[in-house]
Amino acid sequence: MEDKSIYTGIQPAWCPGCGNFGILQAVQRAFAELKIKPSRVLMVSGIGQSGKLPHYLKANVFNELHGRPIPAAIGAKIANRELVVIAVSGDGDGYGEGGNHWIHAMRRNHDITYLVHNNQIYGLTKGQASPSSDLGFVTKTTPDGAPLPINPIAVAISCEASFVARSFAGDVDHLSAMIKLGISHKGFALIDILQPCVTFNHKNTYSWYRERVYKLEDGGQYNPDDKMAAFSKSQEWGDRIPIGVIYRKVRPVYEDLLPALKNGPLTRQKLDPLPVDRFLNEFA
Amino acid sequence: MAVDLNILIGGEAGQGVQSIGLILSKVFTRGGYHVFTDQDYESRIRGGHSFCRVRIKDTQVQAISESVDLLVALNRESVDLHEKEVVSTGLIIAENDKYAGGDNKKIFVLPMSELAKNKAGNPLTANSVALGALMAITGYELELLQNVFKDHFKDNHVLQQNITAAVEGYTYTKNNVKSSFHHQVHAREDTHKIVMDGNEAVALGALAAGCKFVSAYPMTPSTPVIEYMASKENEMGLAVIQAEDEISAINMTIGAAFAGVRSMTATSGGGFCLMVEGFGLAGMTETPIVIAYGQRPGPAIGLPTRMEQGDLQFVLRASHGEFPRAVFAPGTIEEAFWLTVKAFNMAEKYQIPVVILYDHYLADSYNTVNRFDMTTVTIDRGLILGSDELNSIKDYKRHKITPNGVSPRAFPLAGEPLVVTDSDEHNEAGHMIEDAETRTLMMQKRMRKLFSLRQDIQPPKLYGPKNAGSTLIGWGSTFGPLKEAIDLLHHENISVNMVHYSEIWPFYKETMVDIMAHSQHTFTVENNFTGQFADLIAQETGNLVSGRIVKYDGRPFSPEYIVREFNKMGG
Repeated sequence: MEDKSIYTGIQPAWCPGCGNFGILQAVQRAFAELKIKPSRVLMVSGIGQSGKLPHYLKANVFNELHGRPIPAAIGAKIANRELVVIAVSGDGDGYGEGGNHWIHAMRRNHDITYLVHNNQIYGLTKGQASPSSDLGFVTKTTPDGAPLPINPIAVAISCEASFVARSFAGDVDHLSAMIKLGISHKGFALIDILQPCVTFNHKNTYSWYRERVYKLEDGGQYNPDDKMAAFSKSQEWGDRIPIGVIYRKVRPVYEDLLPALKNGPLTRQKLDPLPVDRFLNEFA
Repeated sequence: MAVDLNILIGGEAGQGVQSIGLILSKVFTRGGYHVFTDQDYESRIRGGHSFCRVRIKDTQVQAISESVDLLVALNRESVDLHEKEVVSTGLIIAENDKYAGGDNKKIFVLPMSELAKNKAGNPLTANSVALGALMAITGYELELLQNVFKDHFKDNHVLQQNITAAVEGYTYTKNNVKSSFHHQVHAREDTHKIVMDGNEAVALGALAAGCKFVSAYPMTPSTPVIEYMASKENEMGLAVIQAEDEISAINMTIGAAFAGVRSMTATSGGGFCLMVEGFGLAGMTETPIVIAYGQRPGPAIGLPTRMEQGDLQFVLRASHGEFPRAVFAPGTIEEAFWLTVKAFNMAEKYQIPVVILYDHYLADSYNTVNRFDMTTVTIDRGLILGSDELNSIKDYKRHKITPNGVSPRAFPLAGEPLVVTDSDEHNEAGHMIEDAETRTLMMQKRMRKLFSLRQDIQPPKLYGPKNAGSTLIGWGSTFGPLKEAIDLLHHENISVNMVHYSEIWPFYKETMVDIMAHSQHTFTVENNFTGQFADLIAQETGNLVSGRIVKYDGRPFSPEYIVREFNKMGG
């Protein structure tokens, strides 16, 4: 076991037993095992209980607005490719408020890792339905039951996200392994994390998930390079819920297409007005 | 004789009206003249009615004129719509003399389509036939037109067709025009000036300032800014990304700035509505960004391709909460360049968002200007800790409380210390807080930056006598029309001067207080309904102006219009 203490931040303010603690541990373990120094990491989080995660770690932190961590993460990654950039959202932040950014970031294949703390409920605002709440889930804002939930895995595959995984906050070993794969992956890596909310979601509990999740890597039959198989797998929800790498595809990374990045990070390039003088000839 | 020649070219979208405007601007600039050219076009790609007005003078010109000496009508509608603007000694160049409703003696019939099709072999060169005819009528050197063509048309075959078309138009006109046109213009010595529009000046300013990251969503009228910058990605080492929406654009811009590069976005009012949330984020996290904001008439989609200054109060107040910002509104092409450079310097020096608030009129009008001297561009990145300084600090605090409110900046991975910031209220270290004491200290720290920022704001420009009976007050792109209106009023022996603001916020109060104490009458002149700048003056000085000259029809001011309105107000 690597030393995780260098990754310990300020004292968490989450409810005791929150699924976020498992995610925090898994992220710290992934950093430690990949031997990534805190100063190399930039965590960009949104709003919700998930948004606090970076403060409880040791990393550079930009705690963004609700739903906006992905665009800021992209901007930072383009500015300095040497950073390991991780965007952090919840299901409301990522799949609701920031859904458009998420879809297009996958399509363009930016080289960032995206952790979505998916607890199927709004925790910070005290228990309203989220875009991923199960069908019929009753909350104060959905007294007649929640409508059909988003299927983030299927959406990600249809957008050709180059790495799509699901894991479970109650299984830190598995989750840290997925996060390590996601960080090591070149391109956009989505890790949808099933996260029990012990205060507001009394349906999708630790035991509910434990009875249902199974690991795709067990059995050795599943091939995440097969897009149609991945689509089929994305439809499984209910009695059995697959976790692991569901889809991956090698394809061009957005940042590789930018000519300006070929000479190293933009942050190290010179600011020089003089070359602009020759552009003025175009206007003569 | 002083040269002041006004040419109006009208046609439908797709007939090359804009190209003619640009080509003529270059042709006369290369011949040592000053040119001002505006564009009036509809929000469509084909059909409708477009026109441009090219004004040529032997002295500086920064506004259009209402009277037309030469009307080039590429279709019948252009005659119908603009015939009445043509002066008595003027001329209309059209395909058919039946076009004119009243005075068809003014029409010079030029078979543009026929010459383009049969002589040049390309019907699309009809506008070049007209350009050749213009050279003949004004007595200007055809060679200069051919030189500009060589730079304009990249494909050699197309170039030859257009040169042929121009020569045909020139020869036909020389042989057929009955009397000599009253306004003969001959090329003078090339003074090596350049001609560009406001969008290009903003883009060049951003490139010169060392902008390395642009993220934007296309929106008229500012789209050419990002297009031009994207064309220089390789040479300038910058990244241009077209975002999925304006929310993403501004947040990407903020992310890149936080990571350590000069960053900007470009938009118009509707796009800025979506950016307002991010604008406040830049204020809260003290992240320097620049926004090139080309106004157009609103609300909602408004008039997409037209002119208004209706967003001033919106930009001054945009976002919930309070934080320092700077708003610059260039009055000329030169200012568009230099204020963009300054916007980047102010953004980084004070770690604030800065808006360059211009509009369709400045964005899309061409003007002859001196080459910008790049050796005089200064880049001031403010207080940034290098790796040695950073590593010597054990406990770096991104939002350290300082006497002037500006905290030393550091970038992630510049050294070992971590850089932390938050959209929540935060402490010096950047971690979120809830307590009243820290909130109070952080508000004071951020707002304190305004005091120093004020010292960097230039006073407004005064034109005319220091003391006058009346003062016309303007801001942004009205500079040219306003200045010429003052000249026209001086010819009428009216005691009037002008104050023009291009650095709007923080507001430079002293000049306005002084003017209001000395002028009997003060009138604001602005392209909006309510007189938003007059409200700003009232807010900042406690004084009301005598009158508000406003215009909100989507069209720019002419000097003549301002004079008429001034006289109506009894100034």
